[in-house]
Amino acid sequence: MSKELELLTDQVCAGYGYDPVNLLPILQEIQQRSEGNYISEEAARIIARKLNITESRVYDVVTYFSALSAVPRGDVIVQICNSTTCSICDNRELVTWFEDELGVKVGETTPDNKFTLIYTHCIGACDIAPAVRINHDVYGGLTREKVRELVASYRAKEAVK
Amino acid sequence: MKQVHEVHFITELFGKYDGSSLQSYLEAGGFKPLQQLLAGGSEKILKEIDESGLQGRGGAAYPTGRKLRQFLSEKAPRKFVVCNADEGEPGTFKDRELLRRNIYQVIEGMIITAVCTQAGEGIIYVREEYTNIHDHIEQAIESCYQHNYLGKNILGSGFSFELRLFSGAGSYVCGEGFAMCESMEGKSGRPRTKPPYVKQAGFLNLPTLVINTETLSAIVSIIRHGAHEFRKYGTAESPGTKLISVSGKVERPGVYEIPFGLTINEIVNGLAGGMKNGKKGNFVQIGGASGGILPARLWDTKYTYEDFSRAGMSVGSGAIVVADTETKLLDYLKVVQDFFNHESCGKCTPCREGNRQLRIIFDKIAAGTATAEDFYRMEIVLDVMGSTSLCGSGKTEVVPFNTAIKYFPEEFAVFAEFEKRAVI
Ligand SMILES: Cc1cc2nc3c(=O)[nH]c(=O)nc-3n(C[C@H](O)[C@H](O)[C@H](O)COP(=O)(O)O)c2cc1C
Ligand code: SF4
Ligand code: FES
Repeated sequence: MSKELELLTDQVCAGYGYDPVNLLPILQEIQQRSEGNYISEEAARIIARKLNITESRVYDVVTYFSALSAVPRGDVIVQICNSTTCSICDNRELVTWFEDELGVKVGETTPDNKFTLIYTHCIGACDIAPAVRINHDVYGGLTREKVRELVASYRAKEAVK
Repeated sequence: MKQVHEVHFITELFGKYDGSSLQSYLEAGGFKPLQQLLAGGSEKILKEIDESGLQGRGGAAYPTGRKLRQFLSEKAPRKFVVCNADEGEPGTFKDRELLRRNIYQVIEGMIITAVCTQAGEGIIYVREEYTNIHDHIEQAIESCYQHNYLGKNILGSGFSFELRLFSGAGSYVCGEGFAMCESMEGKSGRPRTKPPYVKQAGFLNLPTLVINTETLSAIVSIIRHGAHEFRKYGTAESPGTKLISVSGKVERPGVYEIPFGLTINEIVNGLAGGMKNGKKGNFVQIGGASGGILPARLWDTKYTYEDFSRAGMSVGSGAIVVADTETKLLDYLKVVQDFFNHESCGKCTPCREGNRQLRIIFDKIAAGTATAEDFYRMEIVLDVMGSTSLCGSGKTEVVPFNTAIKYFPEEFAVFAEFEKRAVI
């Protein structure tokens, strides 16, 4: 595990010339390619060493940005918007649909580590509010039935992996 | 109500060409403005932008012509132009459309801006939430490199410009110039104290021009048609057109290009097709989460910088979030407060602690235990935050609350009501 992580980290850091200016894209790439979809303490330590910066700086950046995570997450991140327009447009219903379908509450990860359900701030899809983002794709105008289909399709995709 | 129509000045090429092909952009007249610049020199172009009266569309409404001239006078071996496509204000999605449907015009705007201000490097800073359009943007950049609209010695002009995309990582405050620079330097995006300003010492402490996606797009259209065509729209103080994002309880949410001077009524009931399911309008929030709340009785207010300023608010990001009477104002304000509570970067005390105090008060409102004293405390907190916060986030966060108190005093009577009940 450690060796793999060392290898991955080195590969990514090398791609950015070991320059700490590139910390943000480096972290995004390592997170994306890591088991658990997060930056582990171990990864943070290795990155700090490779870039010759402090661990606390890495930790500060990881915890500051909402696209980065210091705790393990599912492979599929379901983000329900709870900003202004989506709150007006009844996002609560959407929340219960996803909670029912995934069997977890907002903020939790499914026991098989496939899905994490969280809130997000505005994702710039207010014209189709209430909006939800699943990994990089954005959906709106959902119904109970469509949520069921959507979750099933992501489950199927995950099963293939 | 008179018939209202969208206009297509900045959005002229929407749907007129295949948004992902450079060739079709050229066929639609793309890059002619750049040719004009390369043939006629930058002074002529800067004059045109001055005359257009274009104001920055990122929220601060600073005159773009003046901004470009100031940046031109910054001398350094490396200078950066950064397209602000962070679009973090809730309710806003107009830059998304410019990036999706007319990315080449955004890139052309950057090249023109860079040539006019003698900057050799550019970055399109796109929010992480728009990851699904990052490839589209990168392909457009690539095509421009292939055809020498980017890179060394652009079209044989002797001018070089390197451009790349930078992805944010999910932070509202990174839309602020310094916070953006910090994040591009691999740090958590917290604003720096001024002076020096971003234009003097921004990214890597080098002169940096941060400019909004719509402003860049508008520059190209202004050069294409001339400042006088732009000024045919709008009012004397708010010349031209503006992209607005209308969302919430309307029949046709979406991005519209309007001439300044339409009323909120014309926008909501004309362009956006009226209130959804014929429900009664309650309020709109103008310009994002940090924007003012305007009650339905004042929807004949004109959409201009000057009219909004008189009403205690601003154009901001161009967002218009429409609520009907099913939305309770205090519930809505709690959502707004939650947003800032989450997004405050915590660097300065008034915003960090002010948000903590506001949260306590809004939790009390939700629980029905707020008192008149909480209301006074809220007013004091807002006053301190608005006048002493380090960056625009804390400074403008107070606007929705202050305008809500101004226009809906009856909603805040609940504080006294709760107290009465508590005493009994
Ligand atoms: C907290 C905060 C967030 C901001 N977010 C954005 C944004 O998402 N997009 C933007 O163009 N400007 C944003 N701004 C304004 C920018 O700092 C800057 O004024 C603007 O990009 C300048 O471009 P302009 O002259 O074209 O308006 C934000 C400002 C603050 C204080
Ligand atoms: S006003 Fe808020 S967001 Fe801005 S620097 Fe202060 S704490 Fe950070
Ligand atoms: S408020 Fe939910 S997508 Fe914008």
